[in-house]
Formats: sequence, structure tokens, C-alpha cells
Amino acid sequence: MGRWPAHSSMDLTLENITHRYGGMTVLQDVSLHIPAGEIMCVIGPSGCGKSTLLRLIGGLERPEAGQVLQSGTPPEGCLNPLTYVFQDFALLPWRTVQGNISLVLEDHGIRGRAADQIITDVLARTKLSDFRTALPRQLSGGMKQRVAIARALAVRPAVLLLDEPLSALDAQTRELLMEDLVGLWARQPFTAVYVTHNLAEAVRLGHRIAVLSRRPGQVREVVEIDTPLRDRRAGDAKLDALQAHLWNLMKQEAMAADQELLHV
Amino acid sequence: MSEATTAPNTMQKVPFRGGGFNPVAKRGAGIVVFLVLLALVEWGTRTGWISNLTLPRPSDVGATLVELWQSGMLWTHLAPSLSRLAVGSVLGVSAGVGVGVMIGLFSYVRAGLVPLVAALFPIPKIALLPLFVIWFGIDEGSKYALIALGTFTPTIVSTYGAVDNVDRTLVRMGQSFGLSWMSIVRKIVLPGALPGILSGLRVSIAIGIILLVAAEMLGAEYGIGAYILQAGSLYDLERLFAGVMILSVLGVLTSWAIGLLEKRLLRWRS
Repeated sequence: MGRWPAHSSMDLTLENITHRYGGMTVLQDVSLHIPAGEIMCVIGPSGCGKSTLLRLIGGLERPEAGQVLQSGTPPEGCLNPLTYVFQDFALLPWRTVQGNISLVLEDHGIRGRAADQIITDVLARTKLSDFRTALPRQLSGGMKQRVAIARALAVRPAVLLLDEPLSALDAQTRELLMEDLVGLWARQPFTAVYVTHNLAEAVRLGHRIAVLSRRPGQVREVVEIDTPLRDRRAGDAKLDALQAHLWNLMKQEAMAADQELLHV
Repeated sequence: MSEATTAPNTMQKVPFRGGGFNPVAKRGAGIVVFLVLLALVEWGTRTGWISNLTLPRPSDVGATLVELWQSGMLWTHLAPSLSRLAVGSVLGVSAGVGVGVMIGLFSYVRAGLVPLVAALFPIPKIALLPLFVIWFGIDEGSKYALIALGTFTPTIVSTYGAVDNVDRTLVRMGQSFGLSWMSIVRKIVLPGALPGILSGLRVSIAIGIILLVAAEMLGAEYGIGAYILQAGSLYDLERLFAGVMILSVLGVLTSWAIGLLEKRLLRWRS
């Protein structure tokens, strides 16, 4: 029995989401459908409300208008259907790798042998078995994010919400972790919303890519990619063309957003 | 510089410019400064360069301390002082941590109590001693209360500051994994606030020692404060300084003990 949702059966639907911070509209009328078992990448210029959108999806914030709907049932043994992986890892520095994972199990009454089993399993899948008793400060950025991913896996999520998970890492580490994510998905497909500003990541990991406009964020386009994740290689003409297309969409938005910031 | 342009082939070592501005622990430097100062005073008083009305001779102060130790009076004075400091600061610090955490966690408590704390903090607690004598009696009660109140306010301020400084992303993480409110407080907020609480403790205990002496100067038969007051009114500088020495050592020891506690509890910081 795997820790992943064997056949993740939870869909997410965003209906006309509008959100404001103190009079400033960050998101306007965003509607999206995230089908089960697919990775939806959300890209857009900085400040377009991508991260806000993710917080709304997972219920960490309440939208001002519109709603986020989940349909279907979470997989068996799922402790936390909507689970985040944060950009800055959000590991407790006073707990070891093992302690950080057991943190999210303790509240569900999973301790001792049962917790041990889960921890061993997720650490093996994120290649962290040798670092079980290390403290976060002893780990590199890439390792820390692996721990955060292992922690997310431990609760058997129905949907993973990844908030720029690779943005704090250097290029090589990012490449390695992308391969790991593809490997994890290939073993057991999961549903995910993956927010990033990095087009290469989006093209590599997304089954669909939603492009948000600059503030107030609106969905400009949703691009579907039918190349299987495992067959996506650097230099693939089709993917490169797609990335160029996305860059064109983003470019004007990014430039306009950049100019706007100067006026603030 | 001009050489470099005229003779581009001569090699020069790049001069090092990156030193300094980087405090490093130098062992023993503190003791050396202390000893040099003592030696200077000793030499000054012996040669008459410093009159013995100005400063006592360090060796005489040492002799007084030894005598105090041998006569058993040291313990007679120290024991009540230590127990007053311990009881008073345990009361003040634990109440302060409790209230500080509440202020950090609940907006209503914060809105209600922060102005009160701001009003209490700057009051010289010694000024309230007569009042405390009426409230808590002339005995130990008023002394406990004085030290407790004195350590209470700074502990509150440092504690709620520490709670405020806990990384909010960690709290959000806890919420996103569905941890209960209690779990978030116990496993995320309190450990995260611990460094700030402990460093606030240093200040609180130092204030506690100051107030201990003040309390003992008013109505105590035994205690370091009473001993110093006695010596002062007789202008017995040797005993006065002996008492001050004991207080200094007490301060250094408590600071060292808190350092030890920090090392044990905060091992997760580099």
C-alpha cells in the first residue's frame, strides 16, 4: 500500500474568485478547474496574486467573493487532503528531520511504530533515509525542501499545493528536485497545484498551465500539454515553442507590472 | 600604481584588506583587565596616591571576605538573600511569561494589558516598598512582592516580543497541516519564542538582584543588602566593597547559569 493517493479522486474547482487586500484587488474573477491526478501550474508576473490564489485554494485565506470547491472523496488514510509545500520550507529548526515529519502525524494520534513506519517510507521515497536525525540547519536548501516534501507525503494528501517550491534553490538543485517530482508523480500520479514564476518548471511539470495576468490577476489562458511528464526533455522543439509562447504572454504583463511598481 | 601601468609584467601581491569588524571570543581578556585594574588600585592605595577614604585596598576587601566566610556570617547573609531572590523571581518570571504569552496570542489581552504594562514598567518599584510593607507585611512577603513585581514587567515585555517574532510561516504551516490550536502553541509558538524569553530572563534577573538589595536595605536584619547598608552607614569601605563583590559574583553566576540553560535548550541554533 503506497502512501500516495492510489487513485487520487479529488477535483478542485475555483469559481469566480475575487480577492482584495485593503482596497487593492489582487485577484479578479478567477475560475479554474483542477482535475484529479494532474499537475496544474500557475504562472504569472510577480505580484499577480499567484501565492494568494494558492492560500485561498488550501483554505489559509478566505476569498472575498467566489468559492473553492472540492469534489470527490480523499483517498483512504488521508490525514490532510490539501497539503502545502512552502517556498521557504517551513521546517521547525528545533526538530530533527524525523521530528518535523512526526509533527504532522502526532495530532492525528499516529505515534510510535505506526509513525515510524510512515517516516521510514517517506524518507526512503525522498532519498533522505540517512538524514533521519539531522537538524534542519545541517541540511542544504535542496535537502530541506525534500524534507518538506517528505512531510507532505506523510499525511497522504489528496492534493499537493506547491508554492514556488524550487525558487529558493540553485539551478542544479532545482533540476534534481524536478526530476524527483516527476519520478514521484510517475510512480503514483497525484493532483497538484504548482505555483511558480519559472516557465521552465511549468513546462516541465505541468499537465496544464494557467497564465495569470498582472494585478489584478485574471486567467489569461490555460495551456494544455499532452507530452507525458517522463518524456519531457530539454531541447524538445514542441516544449520550447510552448515556452516561447508562454514567455510572450508573460512578457508584456511582466514589463507592465514592473513599470507599475515604480509608481507605487 | 603608476609602476603597474609602466611595467605591466611585474607581479604584485594583492594586499589583504578584509580584517577586523568581526568580534572573536578571546579567552581570559576579561580577567586580565580585571586584574590590571585591581593591581592599579592596590598599588595606588599602598603608595598613598589614592587616599584610603576614596577606595579601600583590594587586599583588605579580600581579607574582609575571607573573614566573613570564616566567621560563618557570609552564609547568614547570603542564605536569606538567595531565597528571597529565588522565590521573588520565580513568582515574577513565571507570571510574566504566562501573561506575555497571553498577550502574544490574544488580541484582546494585548489591547487590554499592554498599556497597563507600559504604565507599570517605568515605576521605580522601590518607591512602592512602603505600600508593599502594608500589603504583605514587613517580613519576607513584601520583599518577595517587590522582586516579583520588578521581574514581572520586563519578562512580560520580552516574552510577548518573542512570541510576536515567531516565524508566521511556521504557524501557517502548522495550520495547513491541520494541527490543533494547542499543538501550534505548544510545538511551534513556545519553542520559537524560547530564545527571546531566555534573553529577557537575563535582564529580569539582573533587575531582581538590584531590587533584592533595595528591599533588604529597608527592614532586614540579615541579607547582602542589610550588610551593605550597615557598612555604608559606618563608612566601612572594606565591608561595603565586600558586599558589592558578592553581588557582582551573584550577577555573573546567574548570567552564566542562563547561558548554560540556553546552550542546553537552544542546541538547534548553530
